[in-house]
Amino acid sequence: MKQSIIAILAGLLFGAGLAASDMNNPERVQGFLDLFGSWDPTLMFVMIGALIIATPIYQWLLKKREKPIFASKFYLPASKLIDTKLIAGSAMFGLGWALVGYCPGPAIAALGYGYTDVYIFVIAMMIGAKAHQLLKKQS
Amino acid sequence: MSELLTSPDTINALFGGALIGIACALLFAFNGRISGICGMVFSLMATRFSNNIWRILFLLSMIVGSLLFHGLTDTPFPVAPDTSLPWLITGGLLVGFGTSLGNGCTSGHGISGIARLSPRSMVATLTFMASAIACFYIVKHVLGGSI
Repeated sequence: MKQSIIAILAGLLFGAGLAASDMNNPERVQGFLDLFGSWDPTLMFVMIGALIIATPIYQWLLKKREKPIFASKFYLPASKLIDTKLIAGSAMFGLGWALVGYCPGPAIAALGYGYTDVYIFVIAMMIGAKAHQLLKKQS
Repeated sequence: MSELLTSPDTINALFGGALIGIACALLFAFNGRISGICGMVFSLMATRFSNNIWRILFLLSMIVGSLLFHGLTDTPFPVAPDTSLPWLITGGLLVGFGTSLGNGCTSGHGISGIARLSPRSMVATLTFMASAIACFYIVKHVLGGSI
């Protein structure tokens, strides 16, 4: 119950932050990617704003606390490997991100705007991920 | 430079970014969870419902949070993507497959991962930024057009 309230609160803040910084706007994001054209630095400032807050808090928690306040442990990604999967997956993601201007967060947040294009993008994204999950199971 | 730093776009970006940073810090400090949106979405298709309640709550709240911001500040909704249907679907498939294979996206690697000072996440972030900038350059400045 307590964890659910945190999930709701964090989700609301995350969604408000995406809308406030205009990151739900694919043209704004593509403006950031247009480094060799009319570059729009907005996305960089969003990352700076987020990291200035998150980095010291994460570092303090990881150094000073054994476990989070409401849960039994910090759920950290198991892999520390920098391998072909990481690079190939990230590179593929970048291609799709540039084509449309959505990464997963804004695509989900934009579902509330009621655009058909967003529904199509999110369904395609889930199919892409499902395809990878099935391939992984086979191997 | 000082004009750029005091422009409304920059101030909104820093403010919105700070809200995102607070959200990530809360979820980690209280629940011990990383705010990786693609990980949350794809877990819905991989693990059972009882494990996913917090993820569903977070994702639905994120949609509501964006709508609340527009409602409370009287800001119009942003535009929909200007991408033709075949490329919209291709983009979605690439984002889904790629973030699942690479274990993270802009939020999971780009914010939570960098905040953890994870070398893996820093490499991932530089890779998807470079690939996206290169792809956008080719589409806009080499092929010269809208797709």
